[in-house]
Amino acid sequence: MTEISNVVCPICGCLCDDIEITVENNEITKMKNGCAVCEAKMVHGYKSDERILKPMIRKDGKLVPVSMDEAVHKAAKILTDAKYPLLFGWSSTVGEAQRIGVELAEELGSALDNCCSVCHGPSVMATQEIGIPAATLGQIRHRADLIVYWACNPWTSHPRHVERYTSFTDGRFEGSEWKSYMQKLKAESGRKKMEMASKRITRITPPDRPQVCFTGPPPQTMQKPGRKMIVVDVRKTMTAEAADYFLQIEPNKDYEIFEALRCIVNDQELDVDKVGGVPVDSLKDVGEALVNCNFGVIFFGLGLTQSAGRFRNIEIAIALARDLNRKTKFIISPMRGHFNVTGANIVFAWQTGYPYALDFSQGYPQYNPGENTAMDLLRRGDNDATLVISADPGAHFPKAAVQNMIKHPIITINPDMNAISRLGDVVFPTQWCGIEYAGTAYRMDSVPITLKKVVEPPPGILNDEELLTRILEEVRAIKAEKGDVKPKEKLKIPAKPSRPAKVSKVVAKPKKKVTKKEVKK
Amino acid sequence: MVSLKATLITGRTIDQGVGKELGKGSKEYYDSAAICFLNKADIIKLGLKGRAKVRVTSKYGSVILKAAKFPRGNMPSIVFIPCGIWANALCGDDTYSMGMPLFKGFPVEVEPALPTDPVLTLDELLKEQYGRNSL
Repeated sequence: MTEISNVVCPICGCLCDDIEITVENNEITKMKNGCAVCEAKMVHGYKSDERILKPMIRKDGKLVPVSMDEAVHKAAKILTDAKYPLLFGWSSTVGEAQRIGVELAEELGSALDNCCSVCHGPSVMATQEIGIPAATLGQIRHRADLIVYWACNPWTSHPRHVERYTSFTDGRFEGSEWKSYMQKLKAESGRKKMEMASKRITRITPPDRPQVCFTGPPPQTMQKPGRKMIVVDVRKTMTAEAADYFLQIEPNKDYEIFEALRCIVNDQELDVDKVGGVPVDSLKDVGEALVNCNFGVIFFGLGLTQSAGRFRNIEIAIALARDLNRKTKFIISPMRGHFNVTGANIVFAWQTGYPYALDFSQGYPQYNPGENTAMDLLRRGDNDATLVISADPGAHFPKAAVQNMIKHPIITINPDMNAISRLGDVVFPTQWCGIEYAGTAYRMDSVPITLKKVVEPPPGILNDEELLTRILEEVRAIKAEKGDVKPKEKLKIPAKPSRPAKVSKVVAKPKKKVTKKEVKK
Repeated sequence: MVSLKATLITGRTIDQGVGKELGKGSKEYYDSAAICFLNKADIIKLGLKGRAKVRVTSKYGSVILKAAKFPRGNMPSIVFIPCGIWANALCGDDTYSMGMPLFKGFPVEVEPALPTDPVLTLDELLKEQYGRNSL
């Protein structure tokens, strides 16, 4: 039995790095500190019956196990025969594999996109438009006294975000609000018990709440010292229950409410009573809290990027943070979903200059969201083959897009049998990043963290980096056979990332004295 | 038949997250993603009782789901379906040249389904929508 501490959880953008794991007979048997989703993956999911153990090729409509060599050749043949393949995914794999992916796209002259285009792509576009005031999660943990969660529900999508980085963590300058939350829960539970008791005594059913978006005056907790949390959403979520003030807004009205808040923050008058279903008085209360904090942060989620307005919603949100910075310190941060979707943007950007929506068909990278993004390519039916790695568009793309995707061959690289692997023509198994092999991932605040290897993978399964390298070599060999290009020398995979060795003191050599004669020469 | 015109929001739930990590073919994933959360008042309006099912229809498709009461607060004329293949059967692929389809905040119609109408599993839905699966 081995106990491994400080393991990094490879699930969401929080990349919690305090997980403790017990390994027995090359199996993870226990896990400490992680959330429910982390436990589901690291203790049960990674070794479930859904695991792919052999490469498969679809023959006569059925997936048949084949050798790795045959699958690699088939995949390379599909990619080289295609005029314009799409390489999509990359958000749940490590930076080292993403780097090979860019090289493969360049070799093929294909489209290259990552999951960012269907999550925070609009946030990237807005950031490129007007910039973003940002900070690391460590700064937020120690200093932020006002946390705003806008159109996101970290309690379910990033379960330890509140506990590790915001309201429920003890920072150096700001304390945890956990006790105050527990008191609120107790008070709420007591209120419900009293209501139930009064119903039994009087046998009168209380009237339903009014069928409108209801936002009352801010509760007394907004006046308390210490950290405050405001949640803005279209429905009451678990995060909203933990908040000091919850603002329930109408769907697709985020832009209007941001604009109204900008007016309030900039001391302008609003000549309406309500904006987006919220009374202006409530917005004034929020505006007052925003201006009066010492260090505030707005975390926003897919509620802004996936509803009407898309990148304009983010642009106006950043503009609000910019306005607030004239009066106090304020930052704004997207709640990135997959554990390395930020890394996909960063690796693509340092390799090509652009974070996603790339097109290599001209031999050099071109960037144009709305044209080169996976959804638009599939919608127009431009691509004639798809390689999906560490993603599941089969379950998370609209039906019409997947219907277009299956008209052409699909190659999948995923550790388990998700929806797109079930639809694939060539299905590769791969190792679980952060469990069976190490690599680099970027947290949602762009901090790189090294994932650990904690168990050995099943025999014969390659990791993403090795597998992509083999496909790339095979593609080059096929192209050389066709006479397209000369075969390049074998790719050298760099050594696995390891902690930098301790640097011994370097004694500076005394500089040589330059004589006047040497200067003249 | 009674029907409800509502706005659809798709998103994450903790159960869907757990189910997803246990495997897309798992019972936990099916139970947590093939479900439609409705406001209490809307459930009463549609006359849904017990383990009822609903048919949700949008401009782009239609799907049958288990119905459940949204556990927190009031959510008038909003229905919530967790992310997954069932929710995406209703989403369109139009991106308005921004790369992002509309996953949240578009109109749908909800009506009670017959008790005999099946809520399809992942493999059944893949077969119905795309004509293939892993079986």
